[in-house]
Amino acid sequence: MRFGLIMGEVASGLRRNVSMVVSVILVTFISLTFVGAAILLQMQITQMKGYWYDRAQVAVYLCTDLDDTGNCTQAEATQAQIDNIEQRLQSETLAPYIEKYEFESHEQAYENFQTQLGDSPMAGFVTPETLNESFRVNLIDPSDADILIESLSGEAGVEDVQDQRGYLDQIFAVLNAASYTAIGVAALMLVAAVLLIATTIRLSAFSRRRELGIMRLVGASNRFIQTPFILEGVFAAVIGSLFAGGAIVAIVQFFVRGYLAPTLGPNTTLVSLGDALVVVPILLVVGAALAAASAGVAIARYLKV
Amino acid sequence: MIRFDSVTKAYPGTTRPALNSVTLEILKGEFVFLVGASGSGKSSFLRLILREETPTKGEIHVLGQQLNTLANRKVPYFRRNLGVVFQDFRLLPNKTVFDNVAFTLQVIGKSRGFIQEAVPDALKMVGLAGKSSRYPHELSGGEQQRVAIARAVVNKPAILLADEPTGNLDPATSAGIMTLLERINLGGTTVLMATHDAGIVNQMQRRVIELVTGQIVRDERQGGYQTSAIPVQDFPVGSPL
Repeated sequence: MRFGLIMGEVASGLRRNVSMVVSVILVTFISLTFVGAAILLQMQITQMKGYWYDRAQVAVYLCTDLDDTGNCTQAEATQAQIDNIEQRLQSETLAPYIEKYEFESHEQAYENFQTQLGDSPMAGFVTPETLNESFRVNLIDPSDADILIESLSGEAGVEDVQDQRGYLDQIFAVLNAASYTAIGVAALMLVAAVLLIATTIRLSAFSRRRELGIMRLVGASNRFIQTPFILEGVFAAVIGSLFAGGAIVAIVQFFVRGYLAPTLGPNTTLVSLGDALVVVPILLVVGAALAAASAGVAIARYLKV
Repeated sequence: MIRFDSVTKAYPGTTRPALNSVTLEILKGEFVFLVGASGSGKSSFLRLILREETPTKGEIHVLGQQLNTLANRKVPYFRRNLGVVFQDFRLLPNKTVFDNVAFTLQVIGKSRGFIQEAVPDALKMVGLAGKSSRYPHELSGGEQQRVAIARAVVNKPAILLADEPTGNLDPATSAGIMTLLERINLGGTTVLMATHDAGIVNQMQRRVIELVTGQIVRDERQGGYQTSAIPVQDFPVGSPL
């Protein structure tokens, strides 16, 4: 009896202001799409970090005849210096942090350079001697790079110790900025959505103020009075959230998987459809909770006894 | 049943209180008229009993509840023991007579079976048994007030508050409404009626409480609308109302 009555109230309320309900649906749809996009971008960043940080190495560049930066004095690093560094890498202080390391000679460096940049006009000027010999160190935990940098930078024959994660951080900074922008837009849109829901519910309550007055007079409990209005707001917002969830899944399916993945090639890590499906319930909960809260606040003044 | 202990009600921003140190007691089964000019505090009195307002000073006890300390969330349950009738009927225009009366019971969670029994009973009692599927605008003023009364008493309240229930009705129709209220009173319900209708008060010869500028100036068993037995300050006999 009561459930049916409440549902009847909700249905009549929704019918009575269709246009407001449609606008609530659209605003929640757009705002939650931005929220979802921001979440996906963060997921993308986390995935890329996981993927690339594992591959990022710390490179210990050794001096060549041409270098005078670092500890170099335009003299090639001697074999004794190279051995010394290798010993340091194997020592008790550093070994626990190191997963593996390998030595890259002039010739190997030249080969790598040719395969990577062989097409560029610069390639013609480069000879094996101008490229640094280096130790390529894979760390167990990539964030320990500073330990290596501190302990090896001062060694004789070392030009520079570089953490390759530094290059990646710039990419992540760009992606982070994009996701913060999305969050900012989403926050603004959510404020609009909350206010719109509150206005809609006020209108709905105003158009039913006679019923509300009689309900209060005859002793309907507050919960009974407010439930239809809150459900009304939640209903509209959940539909908007479902649209937003659909949009997020569609973006991942058709844009990321269908366009970005084939364009960027197989070596890229991109968010999957599974990630998008994780985002959908988050959007539903956020939409429903916001709607319930703002509708509850909006209806509160009609509940004063 | 209803007890006021030196109750004062002052609305914010006004210097003169709407009710000024009112003390009275209304017993179970009484029929009480509340008379006085507009602005004398009748409506505030009824609103205080309904707990739509809380007193500024003093204590109010209704049906064993101390209204000053009654928690807000318990107010709806308290109001289920009161029936209220207004001058402007306050029916829902888009609901039939039956649904208007049933609405009261639905919103306090009564079962369908109970509603199917109680509503026709109440309509029969007010003499509208044959009109349960009419809409309010299809009824006369007197009939609409009968629907409102049916709605007020369908839940068998202990107290019926009536705020000028005959204010919009002609004398003949008013008499019918008064007969109905009397019958409800005979059933054991305490009736408290605010009114300007001198004819009705004089004819019924019930307890009369008169308010002038928020103070009780007369509380008379079997009184009339005005009386010369007790001098009335600031309210000379025969002055226009």
